[in-house]
Amino acid sequence: MSEQTNNTDQSFSFDELPDAPPKRKIKLSWPGKIGIAIVLFWSVIVVIGPTIAPYHEADILDEDLFIVPGSDEMYPDTEFQPPSKIVYLGSDYIGRDLLSRILYGARTTIGISVLATLLAYLIGVTAGIAASVGSRYLDMGLSRVNDALLSIPSIMFALVLIAALNSPGIFWLILITGFIYAASVFRIARSLGQEVMVSDFVEAAKVRGEGLWWIITREILPNIAMPLATDFGLRFVWVILFISSLSFLGLGVQPPMSDWGSMVKENLPGLVLGSYAPLMPAFAIASLTISVNMIVDDLSAATGGKLAKRMIS
Amino acid sequence: MSALLEVDNLQISARNDDDELTPIVKGVSFNVQPGEVVALIGESGSGKTTIALSSLGYTKPGLEFVGGEVRLHGEDVISMQNDRLRGLRGQRVAYLAQSAAATFNPALTIGEQVTESTVLHGLMSQEEANRRAEDLYRALELPDPDRLGKRYPHQVSGGQLQRLMAATALCGKPDLLVLDEPTTALDVTTQIEVLKSFKSVITQEGASAIYVTHDLSVVAQIADHIVVLYAGEIQEYGTADQVVTQPSHEYTRRLMYAVRPPPAAGQGEETSDEHQRKAPALEVKNLLAGYGRTQNGAPEITVLRDVNVAIERGHSVGVIGESGCGKSTLARVMAGLLPAAQGEVLLDGAALQPALQQRSRNELQKIQFVFQMADTALNPRQRIDKILGRPVEFYHGLKGEEKRRRVGELLQMVELPQEFAGRYPEELSGGQKQRINLARALAASPEVLLCDEVISALDSIVGANVIELLKRLRKQTGVSFVFISHDLSTVASFADQIVVLYAGRVVEQGPTNAVLSPPYHPYTRLLISSVPELRVGWLEETMETQEAQAGIDRVVTLTDKGCPFFDRCPRAVKGTCDEETPPVRKVTGSHSIECHLSEAEFAQ
Repeated sequence: MSEQTNNTDQSFSFDELPDAPPKRKIKLSWPGKIGIAIVLFWSVIVVIGPTIAPYHEADILDEDLFIVPGSDEMYPDTEFQPPSKIVYLGSDYIGRDLLSRILYGARTTIGISVLATLLAYLIGVTAGIAASVGSRYLDMGLSRVNDALLSIPSIMFALVLIAALNSPGIFWLILITGFIYAASVFRIARSLGQEVMVSDFVEAAKVRGEGLWWIITREILPNIAMPLATDFGLRFVWVILFISSLSFLGLGVQPPMSDWGSMVKENLPGLVLGSYAPLMPAFAIASLTISVNMIVDDLSAATGGKLAKRMIS
Repeated sequence: MSALLEVDNLQISARNDDDELTPIVKGVSFNVQPGEVVALIGESGSGKTTIALSSLGYTKPGLEFVGGEVRLHGEDVISMQNDRLRGLRGQRVAYLAQSAAATFNPALTIGEQVTESTVLHGLMSQEEANRRAEDLYRALELPDPDRLGKRYPHQVSGGQLQRLMAATALCGKPDLLVLDEPTTALDVTTQIEVLKSFKSVITQEGASAIYVTHDLSVVAQIADHIVVLYAGEIQEYGTADQVVTQPSHEYTRRLMYAVRPPPAAGQGEETSDEHQRKAPALEVKNLLAGYGRTQNGAPEITVLRDVNVAIERGHSVGVIGESGCGKSTLARVMAGLLPAAQGEVLLDGAALQPALQQRSRNELQKIQFVFQMADTALNPRQRIDKILGRPVEFYHGLKGEEKRRRVGELLQMVELPQEFAGRYPEELSGGQKQRINLARALAASPEVLLCDEVISALDSIVGANVIELLKRLRKQTGVSFVFISHDLSTVASFADQIVVLYAGRVVEQGPTNAVLSPPYHPYTRLLISSVPELRVGWLEETMETQEAQAGIDRVVTLTDKGCPFFDRCPRAVKGTCDEETPPVRKVTGSHSIECHLSEAEFAQ
């Protein structure tokens, strides 16, 4: 084996032409960079929000605070006050500081959504991979159960479950949301897994005699991680909206805890009075979800846009 | 006479992510005269398709015209506006893509698709277009021209679809045809039929054409002028006869070198018997295999029937046949990927479990499978050192420094630099990936290597290099090879035993020299005569022969009784060949032919 290059190549000066494309790098567009900045901003708020908040989320502000010096009005309105030096974003329908509630609410809303999405992924990916590598019958069973779950409108499903458990608290809220969203994660994980499962390199691993665990962890997962990560972003957005909707309907996070969705709901009457109160939390939801979407767009472009098709489910 | 198409100092560049331009086509000039076929020939990456597409005023996304002109009837198409280009494309210049199967819409009838663009451009009414299409079906010698238009794409064969593409392109009487590798994906027997009808229809219609291919022997049959390209530059430009008989440029000579001589006796490598032992390394006996659910020992679709093949230690066995004949299935049965319904697979004389899940790691290690497409057979998320290191660790338990050294050795064996260990598969070229694919199989130190069409997807020069490598590896390692290919010349130059498969049956097998010299099975004879030879005029001569007229371009059909080759065989005997299973005739030694004809009749 010492004679290394005795090939015909020597007699000719023509090299084999490379056909490998340059490695695709993730290039961030301007919207993507802005998206990352906003998501980072909210992540920081999740950590330090309660410490920098001027008031506690449940504090109903004292009337004294709103007394304008020199005025003779002893009992000023505290509800739906416009932004001022006392309440930077105004006050809500019972006179709590909106800014503080948004800062506290970031932790609740984002925390619950992240945990619920992670749970959905844990269930969905595990079942999806099991269905794609398992026997025909396992796949059939899991898929039909999944179809049944998908056929129930998710909001209705959640309402029924929560009502049945009699508004059971945040732990159950996360559990129910994660379970409901696992159904759509399952579909994506299964189709991605099936695609990789029939590829030649998985077949090569099988011919080599590799076990199922190796095939799943070394051959399949690395090849579906990127599309799943992209999907995670979108799914996270939907979960935020879902939790917010539940809160809006009064079945999500319960008062006096603040949550962006319920804040929109409770302050809705303020719209008639010309208050910004319902718009502020709505703007927070929009900024976060749109930012995540802008990041996902860039990721999706880097993976060749193939994902867009699968996302429609 | 002024040229129909003038390509004048054409320059095309690719723009990458960082907005830098890389030249792809570097100042290419040539002309196409009316009624003339010009071939663009070169490896992948040489820019041949890019140049051909420029005659439609089109570049692939990411590429742009940098300089030069492409003039059709004296008018520059590169600077044309979009609405004028629309009139040009499909009307004055028509493009035939490589894969007909991917081009036709399975939901529409053939007639609708053949006439669509002509009617769309307002060149003819639907009735006129339909009549024109029927004339073309006749000119292209397609079966049942009156009713062909009403059928759907899946109801005709691959070779017929390829010819229907030509009908689509010719329907609007274009001035120029652009044919992009139209026969590359076809079997030899189908290829000559398609080539023949292309040639006759081009002569009849007086059309001009640009023919893009990497196969010099195909070009010799059809082109008037040849343009040899390498890395976006013209290496040689001349008449077909001149380029083929007196190549002046070194690169052309190298292309010629990569074209293997037509299969004949005496090419096969004689393997020494130093590795010989009593039992064959691998043997299949009375094999019956297929797909679908198995009932009473018979699968729903039987692909292989009564197959008996023995691979001696250190020898290489070539398995040859047209697509659909069961070559790959045979390899999959041997590897255990597809359990056989009946019969057995023996390794070193001991029967193996049919399914690979039940085989021991030791048995798996001895039989290694090399997949056809290196692109898909290597995990894109694993680095080369991991891809090669895994079988080393898995079968031989080597770790750390020892494993790294072994990976280095393997890279050396397949003639790749050591730095490649740190690369990902997508950073390698097609030929390099195929070498890694081979190295992975060698990493197991196997006794039998199953190579499934390992060079079919490669360019001729790259493929020739891989064959050289395989020959050397065989000498070095004493591994037995099962070499599956549809290309008889490749098999003839590599294998010392040949198995000819037809419709799942072994019709002939024996030492290469015996199989490639008379007596032949009629099918072997057809295969041998269908391999294009590198000389002008070969196509016409071949089409005159009896075999060619009887047997080309028919679909391989599996039959339950009789000889499956019956309907294509020029010497078939009705009442015998279609009714009775042909006997296996021992000719000499290990050479056997499965045919009703007696030895005396073969000799005729």
